[in-house]
Amino acid sequence: MSILIDEKTPAIFQGFTGDKATFHAKESIAYGTNVVGGVTPGKGGTRHLDRPVFNTVKEAVRATGATASIIFVPAAFCADSVMEAANAGIRLVVTITDGIPAQDMMMVKRYLYRFPKERRTTMVGPNCAGVISAGKAMLGIMPGHIYSRGPVGLVTRSGTLGYEAASQMNALGIGQTTSVGIGGDPINGSSFVDMLKLFEEDPETEAVVMIGEIGGPQEAEASLFVKENMTKPVIGYVAGLTAPKGRRMGHAGAIISAFGDTAAEKAEIMRSAGLIVAPSPAELGSTVAEALAKKPSKRKMVPQ
Amino acid sequence: MDIHEYQAKELLAGFGVAIPRGGVAYSPEQAVYRASEIGGSRWVVKAQIHSGARGKAGGIKVCSNEDEVRQAAKMLLGKRLVTHQTGPEGRVVHRLYVEAAVPIEREIYIGLVLDRKSERIMVVASAQGGMEIEEIARNAPDTIVREVVEPAVGMTAFQAREVAFGLGLTPAQVSRAVTTLLGSYRAFRDLDATMVEINPLVVTNDGQVLALDCKMTFDDNAMFRRPNVSELRDYAEEDPREAQAAEFGLNYVALDGNIGCIINGAGLAMATMDMIKHAGGAPANFLDVGGGASPDRVAAAFRLVLSDPNIDAMLVNIFAGINRCDWVAQGVVQATRETQLKIPLVVRLAGTNVEEGRKILKESGLPIITADTLAEAADRVVASLPASRKAKASAGNGQ
Repeated sequence: MSILIDEKTPAIFQGFTGDKATFHAKESIAYGTNVVGGVTPGKGGTRHLDRPVFNTVKEAVRATGATASIIFVPAAFCADSVMEAANAGIRLVVTITDGIPAQDMMMVKRYLYRFPKERRTTMVGPNCAGVISAGKAMLGIMPGHIYSRGPVGLVTRSGTLGYEAASQMNALGIGQTTSVGIGGDPINGSSFVDMLKLFEEDPETEAVVMIGEIGGPQEAEASLFVKENMTKPVIGYVAGLTAPKGRRMGHAGAIISAFGDTAAEKAEIMRSAGLIVAPSPAELGSTVAEALAKKPSKRKMVPQ
Repeated sequence: MDIHEYQAKELLAGFGVAIPRGGVAYSPEQAVYRASEIGGSRWVVKAQIHSGARGKAGGIKVCSNEDEVRQAAKMLLGKRLVTHQTGPEGRVVHRLYVEAAVPIEREIYIGLVLDRKSERIMVVASAQGGMEIEEIARNAPDTIVREVVEPAVGMTAFQAREVAFGLGLTPAQVSRAVTTLLGSYRAFRDLDATMVEINPLVVTNDGQVLALDCKMTFDDNAMFRRPNVSELRDYAEEDPREAQAAEFGLNYVALDGNIGCIINGAGLAMATMDMIKHAGGAPANFLDVGGGASPDRVAAAFRLVLSDPNIDAMLVNIFAGINRCDWVAQGVVQATRETQLKIPLVVRLAGTNVEEGRKILKESGLPIITADTLAEAADRVVASLPASRKAKASAGNGQ
C-alpha cells in the first residue's frame, strides 16, 4: 500500500501541453504513473504524448475516469484550475506552481469545503515537489530514482530537503511508502496533520518522517496530533535554526513572526509530544534507522 | 513588500479611514510649506523609514512653530535611524511626513493579519494602544479582542461593532471605529495585503477617531495584479544585494557570518545553514538558486555572494531533481574562473547526473574541495576557514 496514489490511479495533467508539464509528464509516465490525458483549454481534441487533450477537466474526467490531477499552470490562474478540478470530481489535486497569492488560497480552501466529505478533493501544495509512491507512481517534480520501496512515510514542506532525507534513508537501505511535499506557502492545501492521518491508516507504513521549517503553527498542531492519535513512531526535524526573525527565507511561509515560529521552539514542541527529533539534518537517515530498529516489526510481533 | 507610513495612510484614507491632515516633504523648506498648508499651531515631523519604534529612535519630532519644523526636518533628513527592527546598521531618512498634531484622549491598537491557523483574515484589537502588539500580548493579554473574518462574506458590521464595543468605546466613537475597521478590512482584501496595522488609533479630545500611525505589508505573490501598490516600492529601503538577487530570480537574505552559501531549495538551504552552525561555523547568507539553476544563474549567485566583504569561504550544496549536476558543475567551474576565486570553495553535488558533475569539477584542475554528504560539506567548509577567521565564525553564532 501507499497513500494518495499508486500505479493504478488514473491521473491527468492540467496545463498539459506546456514545456514544464510536458517534461514532467514524460518523467511520470516513465516512472509508471497511469497518465490518462491532460487539459489545455483550446487544445481539446488533439493528442499530446500519445494521450488525449481536453478543453475542460469535466470532459477529461468523463472520458478517462481520472481521479487525480497535477497542475502546472501559472500562479495567476492556479486557483481557478484547482477549483475546476474539485468541481469536476477529481479527488487529489497536486499543485506544483509557486507564487499563488495567499488570498487565492483562502478562496480555494473555502471552495473545497463546499463539497461533502465523501467527495471532497484533497489538495497537495502549492509550491511543492508533489507526491511519489515509491516504485509505483509519481505526480511531482522529484528525481524518481532516489526513492525506493520500503516502510517509511515522508512528509516535508521543502522539496530538496525531502530529497536529502530520502537519499540518506536509501544509503542505509531504508525505503519509502509515499513521499509528500506539502509546500512552503503560508496556506497549504493539505497540512502535516492531513498526511499523518493517512500514514497512520496505511498498513504498509511503519514510521513517518516529518520535516518542517520556521513559520506558522502547523508543526505544533501536527505534534499534538502525533501525541494523541498516532501509534507509529514519527521522526521530526525543523529547518531554520540560523534564520533571523522577520526575514522571509525563500518560501513565502518561512518567516518567524510569532511566538512558537522558530526552529528551536518547534523542535522542542515536537520532542515534548514524543516525536524523535533528528539532532541535525545530516542525521535524518540514521535517526530513522534507530527508530525502526527499536520498533518491533509487525512480522515479528507476538500476538497477545 | 512594505510601504511607508504616509503611503499606507493615503491608501487607507481611500477606504474611508480617517487620518490627521498631513503631507510628504523631501526638504526642510517643503516641510515648512506643508506645515503652513496644514494650518494649526502644532505639527509632528515624522521620519519615513520602513520600521516601527521610530519615536524611541528620535525619528519623530513635535513642533510648535515654523522654525522648529525647519530644524526638525534639517536634523532628520539624511540621519541614520537605528531601531530594533532595522538592525544595527539602521536606515537613512530620505523622506518626512508632516502632520497636524492632535490632542489624544485614548490610544487603541488595531491589526489585521493573515492568520495561518484559521487560514483567514483576523482582526486583533486592544484598548492598550501605543505599544507593540508583542508587548500588549505580554503585559495585557486580557485586553486583546480577536475576530476571524469569513472570506466569502467579508467583515460584517456586527463583527466590527463587537470589536469596537469590546474596546470600551462610547456609542459615538463606536460608529467611527466601525468605519475604520470595515475600511481597513476592504483595503486588506482589495489590495492583497498580508498585514494592516493602525497603532495607535486615537480618540481625540473632541471625539474624533483617527489613525495616527499605519503600517501595511503586501503579498509579493499578488503584486502582479496590484500595479498601484507595487509602484510604491522604495528600493532605497532594501538591501542592494537582495534587490540584485531578485533580478536574477534568486532568493537571498544577508546574515552576519562568513561562510557564503549557494543552495537549491529553501528547505535544503536552511538545513545546510543549520549544519554549518552544527559544525561550528556561521553562514553569511541564505541563497536559494531555485529549480532550473543554469550555469549563468550559478555564476550570478557566485558574484552576489562574493560581493559580501565578510566572506571567508564558500559552500555550494545542490541536490539536483529537475536540475542536472553536470550543468551545475559547469556553472561552478565557469564562475570560479570568472571571479578568480581566492577563498576556499566546497562543493557537494547529489541527485541527477552526479557522477558527470563530479567529473567536471575534478577535471577542471581548480582547487575545489568536494564532499559527498551534507555533513562532510559542512565540516569541510568550516575546516577550510583560515584559523584567524574561525573565532569570528563562532562569534557570529550568538547573533
